[in-house]
Amino acid sequence: MRSTISKYVTAFAVLASSVSFAQAADVEVLHWWTSGGEAAALNVLKKDLEEQGIGWQDMPVAGGGGTQAMTVLRARVTSGNAPTAVQMLGFDITDWAKEGALANLNEVASAEGWDKVVPEALQKFSKYDGQWVAAPVNVHSTNWVWANKKILDDLGIAQPTTWDELVAAMEKVKESGKTAVAHGGQPWQDATIFDAVVMATGGPEFYQKAFIDLDKEALGSDTMKEAFDRMTVIRSFVDDNFSGRDWNLASAMVINDEAAFQFMGDWAKGEFLKAGKKPDEDFLCFRFPGTQKQVTFNSDQFAMFKQGDKPSEEQKALAKAIMSPSFQSAFNVVKGSVPARTDVPDTDFDACGKKGMKDLAAASESGNLFGSMAHGHANPASVKNAMYDVITAQFNGEYDSETAVQELVSAVELAQ
Amino acid sequence: MTITTTRHRAGDDWLRNALPKLVLSPSFAMVLIFVYGFILFTFYLSFTDSRILPSYGLVGWENYTKLFSVRAWGIAVDNVLIFGSLYIVICCALGLMLAILLDQQIRAEGFIRTIYLYPMALSFIVTGTAWKWFLDPGIGLQAVVRSWGWESFTFEWIKDSDMAIYTIVIAAVWQTSGFVMAMFLAGLRGIDNEVLKAAQIDGASNWALYRRIVIPQLRPAFMSAFVVLAHMAIKSYDLIIALTGGGPGTATELPATFMYSYTFTRNQMGIGAASATIMLMSIAAIMVPYIWSELREKK
Amino acid sequence: MSTNASSQIIRTGSGARFVIYTILALFCLYYLLPLYVMVVNSLKPLSEIQAGGMMALPGEWTLDPWKSAWSTAQIGVAATGLKPYFLNSILMVVPAVAISTVLGALNGYVLTKWRFRGDTIVFGLLLFGCFIPFQMVLIPMARMLGLMGLAGTVPGLIFVHLVYGIGFSTLYFRNYYEQFPTELVRAAMIDGAGFFTIFYRIMLPSSGPIAVVCIIWQFTNIWNDFLFGASFSDFDSQPMTVALNNLVQSSTGVKEYNVHFAGAIMAALPTLLVYIVAGRYFVRGLMAGSVKG
Repeated sequence: MRSTISKYVTAFAVLASSVSFAQAADVEVLHWWTSGGEAAALNVLKKDLEEQGIGWQDMPVAGGGGTQAMTVLRARVTSGNAPTAVQMLGFDITDWAKEGALANLNEVASAEGWDKVVPEALQKFSKYDGQWVAAPVNVHSTNWVWANKKILDDLGIAQPTTWDELVAAMEKVKESGKTAVAHGGQPWQDATIFDAVVMATGGPEFYQKAFIDLDKEALGSDTMKEAFDRMTVIRSFVDDNFSGRDWNLASAMVINDEAAFQFMGDWAKGEFLKAGKKPDEDFLCFRFPGTQKQVTFNSDQFAMFKQGDKPSEEQKALAKAIMSPSFQSAFNVVKGSVPARTDVPDTDFDACGKKGMKDLAAASESGNLFGSMAHGHANPASVKNAMYDVITAQFNGEYDSETAVQELVSAVELAQ
Repeated sequence: MTITTTRHRAGDDWLRNALPKLVLSPSFAMVLIFVYGFILFTFYLSFTDSRILPSYGLVGWENYTKLFSVRAWGIAVDNVLIFGSLYIVICCALGLMLAILLDQQIRAEGFIRTIYLYPMALSFIVTGTAWKWFLDPGIGLQAVVRSWGWESFTFEWIKDSDMAIYTIVIAAVWQTSGFVMAMFLAGLRGIDNEVLKAAQIDGASNWALYRRIVIPQLRPAFMSAFVVLAHMAIKSYDLIIALTGGGPGTATELPATFMYSYTFTRNQMGIGAASATIMLMSIAAIMVPYIWSELREKK
Repeated sequence: MSTNASSQIIRTGSGARFVIYTILALFCLYYLLPLYVMVVNSLKPLSEIQAGGMMALPGEWTLDPWKSAWSTAQIGVAATGLKPYFLNSILMVVPAVAISTVLGALNGYVLTKWRFRGDTIVFGLLLFGCFIPFQMVLIPMARMLGLMGLAGTVPGLIFVHLVYGIGFSTLYFRNYYEQFPTELVRAAMIDGAGFFTIFYRIMLPSSGPIAVVCIIWQFTNIWNDFLFGASFSDFDSQPMTVALNNLVQSSTGVKEYNVHFAGAIMAALPTLLVYIVAGRYFVRGLMAGSVKG
């Protein structure tokens, strides 16, 4: 029996290896960018490397905004077969750096001058213990409102700049028979709104204390209760069928003149553009009322996994290619996000993209750039998900704001 | 038949005696290591401070106390009880009913059987989107029935925290009830006709024939169905992810999704391992006596 | 096979037969509905889907979604469609199913015809292994595969499926062989036939029906597996389900539902085919033993 098995093993090992032509000078990249636009953008990177004689071995694993890929990564690292480079978000990078699994990119970083061009709030994630461990590709900002211009014009609604104006606007839309807020009831979407609401309600200092420092008092404060109350208000402007809806279907509601507002990150822009809509003509993009000066962000980065004492030449080349201004521009124009370095010219970007780049630079300058809790850039995954539980439960009416505040404090404590 | 020449050396006798065990031993060894070894490993992990990767600092019962104070775990346990029992009972009832009906010398039996059976061939990665659409009040069953003129028709279970778990049951039953039907059908075909004839001569009604003679004889089929269904109920993961993602809120969380989420998305492997341990112990508590009694009886 | 139907004894009137046919037809609808939704929507242009009407027939029939899913849809960086991943799945499924069926048959043979002290416990332990949740074994399995040098390889994947499929294949063959007359085996033994000779000459030739059951079961489970396929494969060995998942789950961008449905049906075709072709033997196989005591 055993010999039969080993025969199979050899036969298939031969077959398997004849399918690929793996070489030492290849990079295997684990990522979850599989939709047309993203993949096309990533293809730019692939071509760039191939010109340098470095092969690109593609290892896409989509699902759950990268969570599926992170599971695969765990299995790959445990089995001693880590990919060369991995797309990662926020605290995942820090967690893996803590395990000592990431290669030190300081050499490329200093040669290329990353320290000067990457916003400091971003460096918090790209660096661990003073060493560069990841190359950021983009900065998504999450506190955007996407609005249907036609509905707003028809109802005579001006772009809201405060919470009260927003509530008044939503009421007007609701009275007209349209849906005020297009929303998908998935934990991360609920949390994306909560991010903006907390920022607007408590201001940046409160946001910092509650979400980043995880200060118990802030988490259990009346301000937090007010934020939950505001979530209840938003809940009353969402249509009955919101639960479980994908975010892009919510965007479609705004695109198709069914709904007035969607609170969503800048990736929503792609949906509008693909539907043939023009910024400022058909749709508006503006910051969530009360957070005009702040930017909450998340950032996709590529971390390099150690394959020896030093990063390999291929890894360095990949990191360098990712940070090149031309790739940063080309990629982010497609993706809807803005470049991770502030010195990239905005010529190729549309109105919303230009606004996003200006906001980012200004927020970074004035200390108003914060990692988004909803997208894993304010606290580690365990805490983030514990917060999701509470936010989603409260939003779905499983308990009131008072209980939600208490639950938040205890859930965060349990998760730490 | 060619017969190998008989040899009488002691070594050969030993080999002959040991050969069956040798043949069985690779499978047994694999299962010992990769099932029971891993169960022990998980049990051990549940007492450690493992987060993103296994780590070996012992923390006592902390993970278990945390586990039982997490609200979602309570929901998951309640759900698996509701889901598991409904799923097994409905599948068996439906499977039995369809098998009996299909056993009435139905024309095109083979065709109908294939239709009933095919969902088992598909994973929820494949059918998930179709189900999601179907259950969605905006575009699915509700919208379709309303467009036929029944304006007040409502089917919004998937959006309702209290009812969503039942939509999971509907989809799960869809997938496996045909398979259970096939098992019962096979069982029906194996029943001795003489006994039936005798009972019929005694003047028993059709209903009585089934209740008193046919169904009791299907016991082995029930055993196989139960093993398969219990195994599917416990492993239901794709189903939840495809249909509700555990929502609305946390209303359709099951232990399998809970364990996955704590181990992999929340980086709290210790708590994940604790939930896996509790799960396994519950499975063992139900399955071991059952398997044992079935196996002993056959001896 | 209907020669043995109990209905030969139990007769039903024509009114009852009408009810029976109606019920059977209604259930056909229930089982076919999701497939109908998938097929219909895979033949529509995207604009029709977005306009609504999940159940409606296509206004404009098109095969483009199928072509796209097969060869041009975006799976990763390259727009390869599902085509290349089919081979990966087949390379994994065929040996895994073959080996686990043979092993299951041997195990069943030993457990019923060469009984030894503690064989029931051994079988019980094998059987209970079916119930282990796969999510639990991911990390330790990855470690073991690494130690065995099988990480990220097709043989590694085959091995994993073998380990977690052995319980069911043993169950099927054991229950089947239990029905097989032990006297035949005894007689052959007295004639001096050895362990493998008996298996090969006596057991195997009559194992057709249960082998079909076992193959269908294993093929379906292994072909449809996502978790192991995603976790233990390499960039060049990712199976079909992982590719389908990449197609369907793309996080941002317009969801091309028609292409998703076409891809989903495509990915399911091999298992569907196995069910349709072998389905008739399936009930026969189940009948022949696995559900009898």
